[in-house]
Amino acid sequence: MKRLRHTASGVLVPLAALAVWQLLSSKGWVNATILPSPMQVLTKWWAYLKPLEAFDPGQGSYLKWCFSGELPQDAMGSLYRVLVGFLIGTGLALPLGLAMGYSRLAYGLFNPLIQVLRPIPPIAYIPLSILWFGLGNPPAIFLISIGAFFPVLMNTVAGVQNVDAIYLRVGRNLGASRFTQFTRIILPAATPYIFTGARIGMGTAFIVVIVSEMIAVNNGLGYRILEAREYLWSDKIIAGMFTIGLLGLGIDTLMSRLSAYLLKWHRGLEQG
Amino acid sequence: MTERSHISVQGVHKLFQSGGQEVYALKAIDLEIARGEFVCLLGPSGCGKSTLLNAVAGFSLPTSGTIAVDGVAVTDPGPDRGMVFQEYALFPWMTVEQNIAFGLQVKGEARTVIQDTVSGLLGLLNLQDFRKRYPKDLSGGMRQRVAIARVLAIDSPIMLMDEPFGALDALTRRTLQDELLRLWTDLKKTILFVTHSIEEALYLADRTVVMTYRPGTLKRDLRVDLPRPRDVASPAFNALKKDLSQLLTEEQTRHDQAEFRGAAVD
Repeated sequence: MKRLRHTASGVLVPLAALAVWQLLSSKGWVNATILPSPMQVLTKWWAYLKPLEAFDPGQGSYLKWCFSGELPQDAMGSLYRVLVGFLIGTGLALPLGLAMGYSRLAYGLFNPLIQVLRPIPPIAYIPLSILWFGLGNPPAIFLISIGAFFPVLMNTVAGVQNVDAIYLRVGRNLGASRFTQFTRIILPAATPYIFTGARIGMGTAFIVVIVSEMIAVNNGLGYRILEAREYLWSDKIIAGMFTIGLLGLGIDTLMSRLSAYLLKWHRGLEQG
Repeated sequence: MTERSHISVQGVHKLFQSGGQEVYALKAIDLEIARGEFVCLLGPSGCGKSTLLNAVAGFSLPTSGTIAVDGVAVTDPGPDRGMVFQEYALFPWMTVEQNIAFGLQVKGEARTVIQDTVSGLLGLLNLQDFRKRYPKDLSGGMRQRVAIARVLAIDSPIMLMDEPFGALDALTRRTLQDELLRLWTDLKKTILFVTHSIEEALYLADRTVVMTYRPGTLKRDLRVDLPRPRDVASPAFNALKKDLSQLLTEEQTRHDQAEFRGAAVD
């Protein structure tokens, strides 16, 4: 019952916004090109989503056909870039962050450079990324990995540096070697921070993928929005935007579920 | 002394810098603890009792003087001196049985040995129903049982306990005190136990050592010969309690005055 009320109150504002939007359109208060009606957007969304051709068993499986529409193809293209970029960024940030958090020397060596590079938004790397990697996926993935790199790095460093000293005392008291202390005490103690960093990094990756697709590649949700702009297809632009929003929400929910499951020992994360 | 001391503290000084001044946290401490003896360090906060315990544990070595265990100087923390902390310090990412097994895994024991030892300790400390739980789901008393089991697992001859029951309610505290005495009798450990509770010291210890506030020195080394289980309401118990209470009040007053002057750190 409580859950139901919770859900009900959650859809209240979106429904109201939708109603106002519909009202604006149906009364003709705004130009349909500038703001198409919700119904128009939904129709376009469906057209964008559904397979372009009739199902033909000769062309492959039913599942493949289901995903043959323009939107699924774009979404998969974007997701692929996000995933690869995120994995590269995280894969580089994690070992560096662990080293910087653990060793004062590594921190002293790397931190100045990191602090200078960190405020540079990934977008600013666009010209260089094209110069270095040409067009297509490589520059996009490069930009996305930069976007994911810094949040994961900063949180990993903080996570290692904030490991409660008493756990290390216990480790030494029980005779753990430095290696064991690192793998079995420092690493698990830092995971809540690292997961937070990964979640932020994933969010950044998602923002960067859209931007990078507007410049370097010819598919993906970002590309499609820009293409629709050329033709003044506002309904398709909005459909694309909502797709991005929903996908982002889906990924974030997945990440937060995963971290709640893996960190079930952790205080304060019980709510998921 | 017929037998060599198990823990031998000789001429130990520990200097701290506090507000540009040098403060003796420990001054000229001499303390001999026999094998199997249960010794309580008693004193107000800031008297250096935890400092002394940490020095024996090897976490912070004395500025001068020597601490030896079985005649060998202490230079590092080690599994021969298992420590139970006031704040439990269980690894929150490990279940109860993983926490207990940790020291054995570090030691490189065989899997079957670890399983047997852990099962035995779970039984000994009435933790069987909690073996798969994480520390956050346990009460304070249960957490401290796990912390004790974790130290017992590595079978260290010496147990160092830093106000282990300080955060527990009175009933849980008494239960754990009784269990500790039972374990101590059965397992014949040497225990060095820090507390600020006179009653706890008198209830548990063979010897209660009272420390002074700044500089931390030994003020009184009292042998408690009352038979166990001790009756906290008995006249003999209360006579000792009154005696120690006077000593402690003097030290507490010095602590309070120092604090008013802004000199106390804790």
